[in-house]
Amino acid sequence: MLKAAPWLTAGLFLGPIAAGLAGTLLPAFGWLPALGGTTLSLEPWRALLDAPGLGRAVLLTLGTGFAATILSFLLVIAFCAATQGSPLARRAQAALAPLLATPHAALAIGFAFLVAPSGWIARALSPWATGWDRPPDWATVNDPWGIALVAGLTLKEVPYLLLMAFAGLGQVRAAEGMRAAAALGYGPVTGWLKVVLPQLYPQLRLPLYAVLVFSLSVVDVALILGPGAPPTLSALVLRWFADRELTMWFPAAAGALLLLLVVLGAILLWRLGERVAAVLGRRWIAAGGRGGGGVVLGLAAPALMGLLLAANAAALIVLLVWSFAGPWRFPEALPAAFTLATWQAQVPAIAVPATATLAVALAATGLALLLTLACLEAEQRHGLRPGRRALLLIWLPLLLPQIAFLFGWQVALVRLDLDGTMGAVVWTHLLFVLPYVFLSLADPWRALDPRYARGAAALGAGPWRVFLTVKCRLLLRPLLVAAAVGFAVSVGLYLPTLFAGAGRIATLTTEAVTLAAGADRRILGAYAALQALMPLAAYALAVALPTWLHRDRRGMRPA
Amino acid sequence: MTLPRRPLLLAALAAPFASPGATGAQTPGHPLLSAPWDAVLAEARGRPVFFNAWGGDDRTNAFIAWAGGRLRALHGVDLRQVRLRDTAEAVARVVAEKAAGRTSGGSVDMIWINGPNFLAMKQQGLHFGPFVDRLPNARFIDRAGKPSTVVDFTVPVEGLAAPWRMAQVVFIADSTRVPDPPRSMEALVVWARANPGRTTHPNVRNFMGVTFLKQALCEVAPDPAALLRPVTEETLRPAADALWAWYDRLRPHLWRGGRQFPENGPAQRPLMLDGELDLYITFNPSEAAVAIANNQLPPTARPFVLDRGTIGNTSFVSIPFNAANAAAAMVTADFLLSAEAQAYGADPRVLGNPTVLDIAALPPAERARFAALPRNPAILQPEALGRPLQEPHPSWMTRITAEWESRYGR
Repeated sequence: MLKAAPWLTAGLFLGPIAAGLAGTLLPAFGWLPALGGTTLSLEPWRALLDAPGLGRAVLLTLGTGFAATILSFLLVIAFCAATQGSPLARRAQAALAPLLATPHAALAIGFAFLVAPSGWIARALSPWATGWDRPPDWATVNDPWGIALVAGLTLKEVPYLLLMAFAGLGQVRAAEGMRAAAALGYGPVTGWLKVVLPQLYPQLRLPLYAVLVFSLSVVDVALILGPGAPPTLSALVLRWFADRELTMWFPAAAGALLLLLVVLGAILLWRLGERVAAVLGRRWIAAGGRGGGGVVLGLAAPALMGLLLAANAAALIVLLVWSFAGPWRFPEALPAAFTLATWQAQVPAIAVPATATLAVALAATGLALLLTLACLEAEQRHGLRPGRRALLLIWLPLLLPQIAFLFGWQVALVRLDLDGTMGAVVWTHLLFVLPYVFLSLADPWRALDPRYARGAAALGAGPWRVFLTVKCRLLLRPLLVAAAVGFAVSVGLYLPTLFAGAGRIATLTTEAVTLAAGADRRILGAYAALQALMPLAAYALAVALPTWLHRDRRGMRPA
Repeated sequence: MTLPRRPLLLAALAAPFASPGATGAQTPGHPLLSAPWDAVLAEARGRPVFFNAWGGDDRTNAFIAWAGGRLRALHGVDLRQVRLRDTAEAVARVVAEKAAGRTSGGSVDMIWINGPNFLAMKQQGLHFGPFVDRLPNARFIDRAGKPSTVVDFTVPVEGLAAPWRMAQVVFIADSTRVPDPPRSMEALVVWARANPGRTTHPNVRNFMGVTFLKQALCEVAPDPAALLRPVTEETLRPAADALWAWYDRLRPHLWRGGRQFPENGPAQRPLMLDGELDLYITFNPSEAAVAIANNQLPPTARPFVLDRGTIGNTSFVSIPFNAANAAAAMVTADFLLSAEAQAYGADPRVLGNPTVLDIAALPPAERARFAALPRNPAILQPEALGRPLQEPHPSWMTRITAEWESRYGR
């Protein structure tokens, strides 16, 4: 039975994606019998190309997607190069996990509360430094060029990429390489870029693609921080899918497919860029320049990273401040009074989406853990090593624009009479939760010394007993961290909830994004703060629980 | 995998939307339409109502939450708001369910609706009803005094949707900064030129944003009577040309240079509170009073209307033809029409919304609920509001939005 686990997982996983892609592809060429589309045609594409704002939306998508990815990548590389082997790197790592847990929407809302013309930064500096007694007429959020969107995405992508980079650095012999480079007279930064980066990059490739795809296709952050007329392509497509004229579904499907093409093109372009960079980089390495001490970068990169982490933290704090704020007029730096009124008034309303968020996240994470463990156990017991291709499959939902298959998947759910049910939402969340749970659990699971299991077996324990009392217990910490990651991913999902939930299942994320369009900042602050606190609580639990359980076992405490 | 509970044959799905006859009935013979009210109440008890309502206004959300509490206590109905970003989402969902052959057990029980969304559903036969006259409280609706409770955007409602709140365009100005507000859309251009960046309108895809344009259309259109008929190419051009000529003079002087707009009506409140805006449009005559009480507007905010009148309309709730919980939705619609709910909504500390009822027709005890409401200087009394202008036919709204999109949304 366990042998079937990988197949079951793949089916649960690939079925919706295949159905979803087909359900988007066919309407994109005019085939959707339910709406009278019974012939294949290029009409949807013609309608798409005629749509106002399409050209600008595509340019905006490409511009913001590449800008956010490149910016995040450069920051992470600069930071790693500047701090290789220093205690700063370890400290940054500890600060990352909670930031990683913050849902995109909450962070975007908090960021808007910071940088808006009437935001916290302007309030803190006014009127004494700026002379403003009214906010300036500046487009610092929702600007037509998408600068706020790029900044908001970078804020969230940098911690993720940095964590991936730290994990990757563990796989390469960075310290040895650096010693050798130093012995040959290379400056620390130049040495890192010439010796460590070429080894590190392959480890970062898939995470980078995921960041690129996410930045090109994100919807919730684009709705909160991005421009509106026109918005990015994904937001434009979502708008058409929600139009009361269902004939708009045809150009919308074509638009979703166009987004898929844009994303694939962008990945190809990135690969091309890798080749070019490799050629140039090899020449640069071969030229043998030793570089200086890297003092400027050594100061600037950690400073920038510190600023970014501070902005992350401030974005969360400002949400809480607003949710407890009484009257707060511009340009006062703090509310005139703090009050519980907002929370008291919102508790009945907020409890419904909060419960749904919790239920969906727990169910999706539980299922993902179960499937992951079954796959990993099957791998060890039956020697089913997944190849590189299987690993790529795991990444698939993260490498496709969500809207490109979620619409088709929703149509399939309607046919199965499952749309708007808890099951549908959990299943759809599983597509995104499973990859993260699998990726974060697989390495520690495979790295567990097999002699523990052999020892237990030699003492007469059956395979299930070994699994439960030895492996799960020894790996409790990574197990819980994987669960926390899955939980955080689920809490943050916007589009999958929107499409599978059919509006009947609303989570804190969908509610916060709806409210972000114009509700009272105190109420919005409460929703977004709770949305951010849930995954944080999960992380805290994941860290605290093993420590408490293992309080009398010195060997199982973290080093 | 389980098989779908109903056979969904592709051939059956391909059938074009049935267009109903000219009579109002869209679900003829539905048992609930002839059931005695007690039977409706009995069927409603213990059932949920998925109320699909635009969720962008937290005060309306709070009102719906209050109604949910009362409905649970009175009738055992579990009201759940599905907070929409745009009402069209709910219409699309019903259309999609009809296309997929789901003729019962639909996921939408009730929609807050009017204008183009109401018309689109009416044209496609997607409303349940006529049900309004089955509601006990419907006899108190002020049909004569508030004709928009029976004719929505020139389209006869025919009992397919129950009114629940009145709306009329009002402008809010911060009286310390705008002591003498502009009284026409033409005067607004002059004012905006003198006060650049201090007014705006919501995004035109939002009903409030396009209402701003319609308010101007009523003033600048060469033939205002044409607005009350479905738009044609002949009537559109002169009216739209006049509108865009006016708008092109105004737009450069709007907030953010007219390149960026608040997403909806309530999004303008914090902008005025922070001092970014001095003047904005709203649909609630009590907006200023309620928002001041909630620290959402400066205490100096005051409403004003235009000399030649402002557009007024009515918010309705309609029940889709395939609603899973139609009885509970009927009970909800009836509760929203009750003197209790109407007086609560009219309270300037809650919504401050003018009632859809004829207060004089109510029994004395119910009438007293309205008499007990506090007065507020930031509320325009009915005399000051003037008789509302009729909404143009919904097709105008659709065309104006599309033209705006292609002119300014590129």
